[in-house]
Amino acid sequence: MEKITVDAVLENLQTVIDFATEKLEERDCSMKVVMQTELVIEEVFVNIASYAYHPEIGPATFCMSFEENPHALLMTFIDAGKPYNPLEQEAPDTTLALEERDIGGLGIFLVKKNVDEISYEYADGKNILHMKKFF
Amino acid sequence: MEIKKEQNGSALTIKVIGRLDAGSAPELSKELTTALDGVTDLTFDFAELKYIASAGLRVLLVAQKRMNKQGSMKLINVSEAVLEVLDMTGFASLMTIA
Repeated sequence: MEKITVDAVLENLQTVIDFATEKLEERDCSMKVVMQTELVIEEVFVNIASYAYHPEIGPATFCMSFEENPHALLMTFIDAGKPYNPLEQEAPDTTLALEERDIGGLGIFLVKKNVDEISYEYADGKNILHMKKFF
Repeated sequence: MEIKKEQNGSALTIKVIGRLDAGSAPELSKELTTALDGVTDLTFDFAELKYIASAGLRVLLVAQKRMNKQGSMKLINVSEAVLEVLDMTGFASLMTIA
């Protein structure tokens, strides 16, 4: 497993994305898989950067590994901020008319749409979000 | 991200180049607050937009709501990758994609 730990601030988003895309490209993942993975990483990381330690700053760790047969990407985000289960966030109603559409919940909705499995646990004072994506 | 504007009377075309993510979306949002004054026909040219995340979608939603009051808005040259995200979130049916 490979991992990277950075301060959970928006300025470090690209560092985490670059860390992941480099490994995906080494495995000749399609552009579509790379883009979907970037989206997942961005939405989770931005959530942590915006809320986990607010107004303080704290670390976020991103781990990734691969499985063969079938090909899958395993990703985990860990932070020691406020306990928060993003999976409990209500999904936005994507069928609502424009004037009724709210902007909340869109990020985690995109995460769920772009992974095949997702689970959350709170252990040892840490938020741990596991995700699996087949490719 | 880079923003290129082309104004023709009350018609404005905004070309968004690169990535519309959490890092760059606030810049576009700020640009739009003043750029849309007096605009009745807004076009986003996404020919060179490679990536959009929820932060970018929020900016589009705010722009669409504003343009519904003062005119119309459309998205043109939307790439497959960006269209996929618009589809996934139901935004594709809320906006005019030409």
